[in-house]
Amino acid sequence: MSYTLKSAALVGAVAAAIAATGAHADEMAQEKCFGVSLAGENDCAAGPGTTCAGTSKVDYQGNAWTLVDAGTCTEIELPAMADGTERMGSLDALERDLPMDS
Amino acid sequence: MASYAETGFRSALLRGDAPVPEGLTDGAGRPAGRRYDVYRNNVAVALREALETGFPAVARLIGPENFARAAGMFLRSHPPTSPVMMEYGAGFPEFLEGIEALRGIGYLGDVARLELALRQSYHAADAPKLDATRLAGMDEVALMGARLVPAPALRLLCSSWPLLSIYRFTIETGRPKPPARAEAVVITRPDFDPVPHLLPPGGAGFLAALTRGETFGAAVEAAGPGFDLSATLSLLLRQGAFSDLLTD
Repeated sequence: MSYTLKSAALVGAVAAAIAATGAHADEMAQEKCFGVSLAGENDCAAGPGTTCAGTSKVDYQGNAWTLVDAGTCTEIELPAMADGTERMGSLDALERDLPMDS
Repeated sequence: MASYAETGFRSALLRGDAPVPEGLTDGAGRPAGRRYDVYRNNVAVALREALETGFPAVARLIGPENFARAAGMFLRSHPPTSPVMMEYGAGFPEFLEGIEALRGIGYLGDVARLELALRQSYHAADAPKLDATRLAGMDEVALMGARLVPAPALRLLCSSWPLLSIYRFTIETGRPKPPARAEAVVITRPDFDPVPHLLPPGGAGFLAALTRGETFGAAVEAAGPGFDLSATLSLLLRQGAFSDLLTD
């Protein structure tokens, strides 16, 4: 294969990549899923020395979030609450299960 | 008054069995040895918790007790070199690989590297995302000589283990068991949080060449076997892996 032909094929591959950029813009999208983090296990990429990691104080704290693939958030199975109410993840911050001492 | 260094205040901080430095007194002039012990304990706990925060997947892989033990060894041999705690633990992956008892978990160091890279990506500088359409109108010659500038938050990890699959299986629930394969992982920060992605076949050599500042043409030559240019490039462009395009 000559250099020119190979380059032409590459240009085609690049064009395909650019086209795919628009077509699949949301393919990898994630949503912030509220209410499914265990205490202290909410996703936080900032690491030590910051205030956001490990600050949720009770299990399934409503205002702590974890990243899940878009669409799976409400399918995550969680143990029922003390009164038997079924827990479901939510795409909005929840009012339940907030720490009592903060 | 003697300096901290002269009294051994600092050298005894990270050695729990070292004697309390002499001459420490409280506000009323009474000996304050127990206060020093409290302070010494807090220093160790704070550093251990910083490591627990920074390496949650490692902690799950080896269990909390083993992690506390490894962290205790590390913090005493590697005290912080910077007051910025978000940078603490950079030497932890290599340190873990040196612990004989953890040798059996061959991928542990790479998982730690991935967690460290995610943290570093999070704190990297902001940069504008390259508009993919800038590549569109280029002819072959211009394209082959062009250089894609990596975004500051971009990180590349090449592992001989199924690194990303192990990480996800460890940190997320309901993930499938990792397949037996080597995985190259690229970390991008499309919005605010870093995201790890599996690189398509051959993509690691291509991206590594680009991050060394080589031209697009040279990077294609450096790509590994089975290289899928379209899949690799569309992933990288979509995720904001590049901040600029330099043409001669």
